[in-house]
Amino acid sequence: MKAFAELFRALDETTRTKEKVAALTRYFRTAQPRDASWALFFLTGEKLSRAVSSSLLKEWVSERTTLPLWMVEECYDSVGDLAETLALLLPEESAGREESLAELVEGTLLPLQKASEVQKKETLYEIWDTAPLSERFLIHKLLTGGLRVGVSKALVTRALAQLAGVEEAEMAHRLTGTWEPSEEGYRSLLQKEYHSTGPGNPYPFFLASPLDESEASTLFSPLDEWCFEWKWDGIRAQLLHRNKECLVWSRGEEAVTESFPEVQEALSALPNGTVLDGELVAWKGDAPLPFGELQRRLNRKKVGKKLLTEVPVRFIAYDLLQVEGNDIREDPLASRRKRLTELLGENSGSSTVLTLSMPLAATSFEELRQQRASAREQGTEGLMVKRWSSPYRVGRKRGDWWKWKVDPLTLDAVLTYAQKGHGRRADLFSDYTFALWSTPSEHDDKRELVTIAKAYSGLTDNEMREVDHFVRKHTVERFGPVRRVEPHLVFELGFDDIRRSRRHKAGLALRFPRMLRWRRDKKTEEADSLLTAEELLHAVHGVPDEPS
Amino acid sequence: MKRPLLELTDAGLYCEQGDFFIDPWKPRGTAVITHAHADHSRYGAEQYLAHHHSLPFMRHRLGKSAPLSGVEYGETVERNGVTVSLHPAGHILGSAQVRVEYRGEIWVVSGDYKVLPDASCAPFEPVRCHHFITEATFALPIYRWQPDEVIFQEIRAWWEKNRAEGKTSLLYAYALGKAQRILQAFAETAPGPIGVHGAVLPYLSGYRAAGIALPEVLSANAKHAPILRGEGLIIAPPSAASSPWTRKFAPHSQAFASGWMRVRGKRRRRTLDRGFVLSDHADWPGLLEAISATGAEMVSATHGATRALVRYLNETGIPAKPLETPFTGEDGTSDQEEGRS
Repeated sequence: MKAFAELFRALDETTRTKEKVAALTRYFRTAQPRDASWALFFLTGEKLSRAVSSSLLKEWVSERTTLPLWMVEECYDSVGDLAETLALLLPEESAGREESLAELVEGTLLPLQKASEVQKKETLYEIWDTAPLSERFLIHKLLTGGLRVGVSKALVTRALAQLAGVEEAEMAHRLTGTWEPSEEGYRSLLQKEYHSTGPGNPYPFFLASPLDESEASTLFSPLDEWCFEWKWDGIRAQLLHRNKECLVWSRGEEAVTESFPEVQEALSALPNGTVLDGELVAWKGDAPLPFGELQRRLNRKKVGKKLLTEVPVRFIAYDLLQVEGNDIREDPLASRRKRLTELLGENSGSSTVLTLSMPLAATSFEELRQQRASAREQGTEGLMVKRWSSPYRVGRKRGDWWKWKVDPLTLDAVLTYAQKGHGRRADLFSDYTFALWSTPSEHDDKRELVTIAKAYSGLTDNEMREVDHFVRKHTVERFGPVRRVEPHLVFELGFDDIRRSRRHKAGLALRFPRMLRWRRDKKTEEADSLLTAEELLHAVHGVPDEPS
Repeated sequence: MKRPLLELTDAGLYCEQGDFFIDPWKPRGTAVITHAHADHSRYGAEQYLAHHHSLPFMRHRLGKSAPLSGVEYGETVERNGVTVSLHPAGHILGSAQVRVEYRGEIWVVSGDYKVLPDASCAPFEPVRCHHFITEATFALPIYRWQPDEVIFQEIRAWWEKNRAEGKTSLLYAYALGKAQRILQAFAETAPGPIGVHGAVLPYLSGYRAAGIALPEVLSANAKHAPILRGEGLIIAPPSAASSPWTRKFAPHSQAFASGWMRVRGKRRRRTLDRGFVLSDHADWPGLLEAISATGAEMVSATHGATRALVRYLNETGIPAKPLETPFTGEDGTSDQEEGRS
């Protein structure tokens, strides 16, 4: 545990990539494989199932420190991170715990999940009496889920690749998908040759970079070197048919097979040793459904008949990564696409669940621009642009794959609520709620602000500090961590789509809302109204669509 | 009803009976000053009264012709039946609590203070009173400090490590008080040469004159950069952190010495390499200890986490209320305050 706490400290203390990788390499070189496998588990963002609720933890800390519960809450409000707050509140203690990370996790933390409340409390008291601040903090982190330490998976991958003496791409593949922390698992990760059992891992996804509008015309010339496709608004996924098993992996590296039984069935019709890359899209008739519909299929134990009929799903395939058991990611896109077309043509039969993403035909850049302008009418987010000669790379590498989204829709909205952020923003009011003006009725010309969206991104650090300052000075009401503020600030919100929604008070839902700029020039009264938002909805989707 | 001995006006705390202000923030008659930090010692009073160790710092800020007069700790000044005296606050050199007595009723204004020992100034002395006006910058139980030796050892180890790696150690600390408190720790032995930013320089002689031993320092400028680079420790105000000035000393490791560094989020937001938890304000146990030692029957809390402190005191049987002053920044997270704390 000491070595892991030391690693955490080293990672936390530097902002330099090189030093982080060095600290990781140092740790993994000397750590026992069992400890290292758990360290890797946590560093790559995995977490244990929750064993103790936040409210119990707060209660026990309040009891142990004899501080009133409201004071624990007050401190949490100031710090913004529960694991840290509790660690800071508990009395300073002791020399540290002698157990290793694996012993802590396997011997203490995992058994807690099945322990009685009395046993849980006893264990925590024992931890608090023996662990110094840094270890206490880490143990709280592991217990409450999520160890955000400012290390990307890419850095961990780099460190392990160096250690194993293999390419980063190879290590990235080994680390993609799930693996159970174990001594053998960790040892095999570090071997020169890697043998995976079962259906194995998805390949690391190749991610497209956002395109700067001004570069487009020069970049995509000559036009025939590029493949243009619609950018579907769905879930990026890989379909794996290996060792007679069929799995659906989302880009978040979660197996989501159960949510998409029809996709799994269609996949089983393809030959063993196949991996496809594409987009899961909710699709009815001849058009895609809004993303919100697709979400209804997620996080369910079982997808029932009703939902299957209401929200049918398609997998729009655009790449082939493995065929007949061979990894073909190094082949040029043109050749992969040809084999993908053949494969689907031969095996899909009459099913439309697996469909091919069709390249768009364009003879001039101007024509392409026009097609892109119609993206929203097609129910897409814009264009994907890929170089025909490109291999399937790992992660976000600029140059070959671009996403060329349509310009966002915009509305000027008023900041009404603020909440503290997480991680680096834990003590800053950085998460905001925005509102638009209601439409005055014939009888009543009073307008009200109605919540339209939440947004967290788009401001510079300085702007955010300024807004933070505003929030502290102009709080009208507190609801736990949330503050209602005086409606003074107006922001231009950008978003990719607008749809009707019953779940939202305004009756409208924005897709990917973010702050484009602070409209310091606008007064609250000049912000947009729900009427403007309705007009926008009609402009984008034509006739009013059915509430969903 | 009898008027309180000290009242809050739009210019600051005012004693009508004695006709003087304490740390006024608007230009007004007679000002009794707790300490020389900019937000407590402002321009424009007709007459200033402060501890004599504060005078050189105030002169630097307010000008040579500022009407300053200095007193010793414990020395009393009479004004229309009101007895005023200053008592050590342990915040920085010359910092004082102001004791105000009229017809047996005693009020104490703490100014900024800390109770843990600090070798660069006189230690905090509790003063018995009826009404105690306390600061509350770090009035949450998450704030607990370690003794100076522990923190100085951390700073020393960081400096030595940087030096071994060929990096300059840039340490950001408030120019008056914190900087000298750190410097005196290296008066006898230091791992390398020491530099100070131009903002720190004017405050060194006042400390030396008061008998605080400080090491020899270089002005951290282009001329001395070759000596300091890769070897030295440089103390600079927090505002220098993102300035081009730092480039003279690259490669470097940057750290910040402040009580706020106790919280990881505040440390990480500054994207510095290290944070040393070193404050010139009282921590939570310090505040409770100081408040209890006054035996006050009423406590006013100002500047910082007043809400939590007031509620806590009331619940533990000490009547308390908040006092709004412009020294207040809720959660105390404004940059200026982080710098000073």
